[in-house]
Formats: sequence, structure tokens, C-alpha cells
Amino acid sequence: MALFGTLSEKLSHVFSKLTKRGVLTELEIKNAMREIRIALLEADVNFLVVKDLVSKISEKCSGERVLKSLTPGQQVIKIVNEELTALMGSTNSKLTIASKPPTIILMCGLQGAGKTTMCGKLAKMLKKQGKKPLLVACDIYRPAAINQLKVVGKSVDVEVYDEGTSKPEKTAVNALKYAEKKTYDVVIIDTAGRLHINEELMDELKNIKKAVKPTEILLTVDAMTGQDAVTVAETFNKELDITGVILTKLDGDTRGGAALSIKAVTGKPIKFCGVGEKMDDIEPFYPDRMASRILDMGDVLTLIEKAQANVTEEEAKKLEKKIRENSFTFEDYLEQFDQMKKLGNISDILNMIPGAGKFKFNANMIDEKQIARNKAIIQSMTPYERRNPDVIKGSQKKRIAAGSGTSIQEVNALIKQFYQSKELMKQMSSGKGRFRMPF
Amino acid sequence: MGFFSKLFSGLKKTKESIANKISSIFVGELNDEFFEDLEYVLISSDIGAEASVEIIEEVKKQSKKQKIKTGEDFKALLRKVMIEMLNSTNDEEISYPALITFVGVNGVGKTTAIGKIANKFKNEHKSVLMVAGDTFRAAASDQLTEWAKRVGVRIVKYSEGADPAAVVFDGISSAQAKHDDVVLVDTAGRLHNKSNLMEELKKIYKIINQKWQGDHKNYLVIDATTGQNALSQVETFNEFVGIDGIVLTKLDGTAKGGIVFAIAKQFGIPVKYVGVGEGVDDLIEFNAEEFVNGII
Repeated sequence: MALFGTLSEKLSHVFSKLTKRGVLTELEIKNAMREIRIALLEADVNFLVVKDLVSKISEKCSGERVLKSLTPGQQVIKIVNEELTALMGSTNSKLTIASKPPTIILMCGLQGAGKTTMCGKLAKMLKKQGKKPLLVACDIYRPAAINQLKVVGKSVDVEVYDEGTSKPEKTAVNALKYAEKKTYDVVIIDTAGRLHINEELMDELKNIKKAVKPTEILLTVDAMTGQDAVTVAETFNKELDITGVILTKLDGDTRGGAALSIKAVTGKPIKFCGVGEKMDDIEPFYPDRMASRILDMGDVLTLIEKAQANVTEEEAKKLEKKIRENSFTFEDYLEQFDQMKKLGNISDILNMIPGAGKFKFNANMIDEKQIARNKAIIQSMTPYERRNPDVIKGSQKKRIAAGSGTSIQEVNALIKQFYQSKELMKQMSSGKGRFRMPF
Repeated sequence: MGFFSKLFSGLKKTKESIANKISSIFVGELNDEFFEDLEYVLISSDIGAEASVEIIEEVKKQSKKQKIKTGEDFKALLRKVMIEMLNSTNDEEISYPALITFVGVNGVGKTTAIGKIANKFKNEHKSVLMVAGDTFRAAASDQLTEWAKRVGVRIVKYSEGADPAAVVFDGISSAQAKHDDVVLVDTAGRLHNKSNLMEELKKIYKIINQKWQGDHKNYLVIDATTGQNALSQVETFNEFVGIDGIVLTKLDGTAKGGIVFAIAKQFGIPVKYVGVGEGVDDLIEFNAEEFVNGII
């Protein structure tokens, strides 16, 4: 909302004095939390979800990470973004395909959420993926709804099964038989829009569910939905045990906080979103992008990158401590690889360690592909092996090589590299080598 | 069914949940915590953070002045402040013959609202013509035709994909020839941030301005489940074509439709009708007092 300005603007105002001093007071955290609260509410995140989120964020902000940080404003935004992404699920969730065809998708939702259009979009998407979908018209109430599905079906060149206004449950069962006979491998059932408090119509859905045992029950929700999204999603989930959510009309300018509320209250993944009027306008749902959208922060990435640079400095200190204590493990090594992707070179991290500026590692360590292979090797180790590399012997190496799709030679090379690094670090910290650390 | 019972049955669930929240709030003195809870109650009705804060500041000020102690007195004051906010709009009466265009984003219930409003005018012995200006959505004109049959009014329609401005042109000609009192024009749902679709709407308006001599009203249909994005909808539609009133649909669910407070406050646009179901009679004229009493 233009009226309120973006959260990042507001936060940078709250923290404007702060950046000069570098310390967060309790009052400043409180003010920042108020801005975050309003921003989330204006984005239509449910107020109970907001309450919960803000208290979590506040707790994290009060921790030492922010207090030690050089730019607390950026770190607060980073924490908010992380919390939102975590709540929304970190990866996108795919459509479940039945092991024995046909895959049955039951669509449900309130009136006007966009079910019928979404049925067409799903059918087209599945067709492109080489499936043979059948659309089933089970909305017998809204005038011309069956006709609408037929027009949609025609536009995506997918057959529509209907039995006029006979009982939806019966139509669905017969459609299934028809699909099996005609070797359709996906059956998409369009149903009437209904209020979640309409028991009669909810029973109808339950009966369809019982009769056809759907692979997926997808709740279609308008992205512009306000506080009520929670009630709607909760009720549908309680009655039908939905398997996922489709968010429609995301091509509007809504911030879409409903997505967060729905995820928080049902725990079910958002699988797709509708992003336009055309039948191709369907996309997988990406939680991290949604987090930025809800916060209305176009510049969030820049800010977070900056914030992350600060964290790296903290992490560098942690690393420094580990080197001193000689407790550097494969787990730390793995973390280094992750950071390298962001920073490009491990020497950058080491540059932050006082006195280690001129220290250079092997050039092959910054090769992207090599990093990925090395990561796979470490990830194929057990947590115990990562913490205690000494136990990795022949049979373990064989297993690790097989698990990571690499060779024993490569595993050996990485372990050697690890010990070399560790030895160098030890030299650095004990002051025996060329580098003397000033601590 | 009378206005009160109708509104009440539609808003019953809404009222129960809010009333419970308000009652549970009245446990002690009116401290900060209390007002924070009240703010949450208002926000949960989609009234929005800004309008909620404004309502609360006003109530705070006045309750101090009036030394309010009991829950009932406080409720009465709160209602008064909220009603005043809803009534601070620029509401113009319709004069006949009248042409009303219905605009809004996709899926808010424009076609259904037109069906019910046609029925209302017909019951007032007006001759009504429907114009199927949504030539985009699959089977939209079929849907409106169903309503025309159900209500028993005339309809002008073209095939799918036709130019909506041409349908409107013909509709106006037909209404003028038959001396209809009310012309209800359906338009395709469009997201307000799509400028090409908003330009198309302007074209329809140009035709109306050139050809229609009677009263012209433009109603924005808003789904009661919509959150703060409704403000963005009002702002853009108002900027493009000017909005005279709001039709608030789907209030028979658990949504409270509180966004109309912010709409009244920021834009001075009144709510005209409220949709409370799918039946032909499930439409009531908006009354701020009843609406607020139904909420709090």
C-alpha cells in the first residue's frame, strides 16, 4: 500500500539513528515490530498469524546476532524474510501423480475463486507434460457453469465429461469409469463454488471424495482474500483433508498475505498459482518469492545480501574460533562451500580473519562444478563421520563415493584437501607457520 | 422478508463471532492491552490497520470525554463512531431512466449481483434491460441469460469474443426504443492493474457518454472476503471510470467485509447493496447502522 510505504522504508526510518550507533534498544525493537506488524496486516496476513510471527521475530531480534551487528535494520529485514520463507515452506511442492492411473484431482473452493479456469490451466499444463487429462463438470448449481467448463475444455483441446445437472457424486463415478475405458490418465473434477459453512454442499464434496478417492484435493483460493482466508482454509481442510492449495489472481497487485495464513493454519503446501487470463498462465509456487512480495520489498535482495555480508563477518569470527580450538570439521567445510557460492572465494572469508589476508587456497576450490561434487561427497557422509573424519576408512570411502556419484579417488582428494586446510589453519593459529594471527 | 431479519440472518454468524470477542474483551479497565485487543478485533474484520487505528483513537478520545465505564456504553460509542465513518460518503439517488454499469475484478460476483438487482427493480415495477457486456469469460453471457430468464427481463447479448462496446451500443439503442427504466450493464472481470483492460473499459464509457442521455451510475462490485487489496481496486477503478457506489457480495459467509470502512473514509464512496446468498432475493440495500450493529 502506497499509503503506508514499504516496510523497508519504514524500517530504515526506525533504524536511521541506529545505524550510527550500531546497538538496538528494546524500544527500537518494539517500534520496528510495530512497523512489521502493520506491514503484515496490510498485506492481509491473518492477525493471529501476525501476532505469532512478530513475537518470534522479536525474540530473534533481541538475540545477540542483531545487537552485535553493524546494520541492525537490514538484519531485522533478513530475519523477517527468513521467518516468512520458513513458514511458507522452503521449496515448491509438486503435483502428486497416482502410481496406478488415473490420477484424480478434485478441485474445491469458494465461489469466484477461479476453479473452472484453473481446471483448464491444469489440464493444459498436464497435457504439455505428456499426460492425457479429462475434465469433469460437477458444478450443477451456477447457471452456465457446465457450459463454461466446456468452452474452457475446447480452448485447451481437452474432453469434458458431464451428465447435465445429475448428482455430482454420480457424475464423478461415471466419469472415472469413462476415463478408465478411454485410457485417460488424469481426471480433473470441477465442483461448484461453495461457502465453507454450507453443510449440505460440504457433504456433497465429502461424498465425491468418498466415491472417487482423489489423489489430490486442491483448494483454490483467491490471492486477494483477507482475514477470512484462515477460516475458509481451516474449514475445507478439516472437512476434506485437502492435499494442497492453488492461489489464483496473483497477477493482480495484491500482496497476497493470505498465502501465509493458509500455510500457517493448514500446513498444506501451495502448489500452483494463477498469473493471468490465458490458459498458459499457471506457475509453480515459490515460497521465497512470495515472502518478498508480502513484505512489498522490491529491494529486499540487495538488503539481504548486505545483511548476509555482515553475517559472514560473524561467521568468520566463529570460524576463527574453531581454528583456534582445532575443531574444524567437515560440517564447517560444507558451510564454507555454501558460502563460497555466495562470495566466490574462500579467501574472501579468510580475508576477514585478521592477519590471514594473504592466505590463498587451491584455485579448483572455486570451480562451481567442483564445489557441487565436493558438497555431494560431504553430504554422503554420516553426521558422525563429518564430525570425526578420522573414522573414514576404505569401506566408508566406497560408500561415500557411491552415495555421491563420485569416485574413491575424488573422495580421497577431498579428504586430503580437508586435512591440508586444517593443518594450514592450525599453523596459522599456533603461530608456527608464516602467518601469525594476532590473538 | 423484511430488511432487518434479512440482514440479520445474513450477518448472524459475523455478529456472533465479533460479539463474543468484544464481550470477552470487557474484563477490566480500558487499558492499552484492551485497545490492542480491540484493534485486533477490528482488523480481523478486514477493516485494516489504518482505519482501525483511526476508529480506536476516536473512541478513546470520546470515551475519556464521556467517562465511559460499562461495556454496553462503550459498544454504543464504538458503533456510533463506525456508523459515522460509513456515512461520511457522497451518496446520490438514482433518477430514471438509469444505466448502471457493474465493474470489478474477476470472480467477485458481478453477474449474480446484476441478476438480483434486476429482480429488485422489477419488483419495484421498473422495466429492466440487461446488457451482457462480458464477452470475454467463457459462458458469461449464458450465465446472465439464465438470470434474465429467472427474473423475467430482457437481455441484449452478442457471441463470445465480440466487442463489448458494440454490445453496449446495441443495448442502449434497444433500451431507448423500448423506453426501459433501468439498463444493467455487465462487464468482464478485470484486474485493475492491467492497463489494457482498463482502457477497454474507458471505451465502453465513451459509448455510454455519447449515446445515453439518462442517469449513469457506475458500481464497483467487491467480494466481502477481499482484504486490503480492495482499496487498490477502488483507487484504480475510480481513477479510470469514476465509481458511484459499491456492491458488497458474499456477506453470507464468515467474512465481515470491513474494508468498506476504509473505502468510505478514503474515497467517500457509499455501499449501495449487499449480497447475502445465491437466491434471487438475497440482496439488500445497504444501511450503515444495521451493518455496524450486525458487526459489533
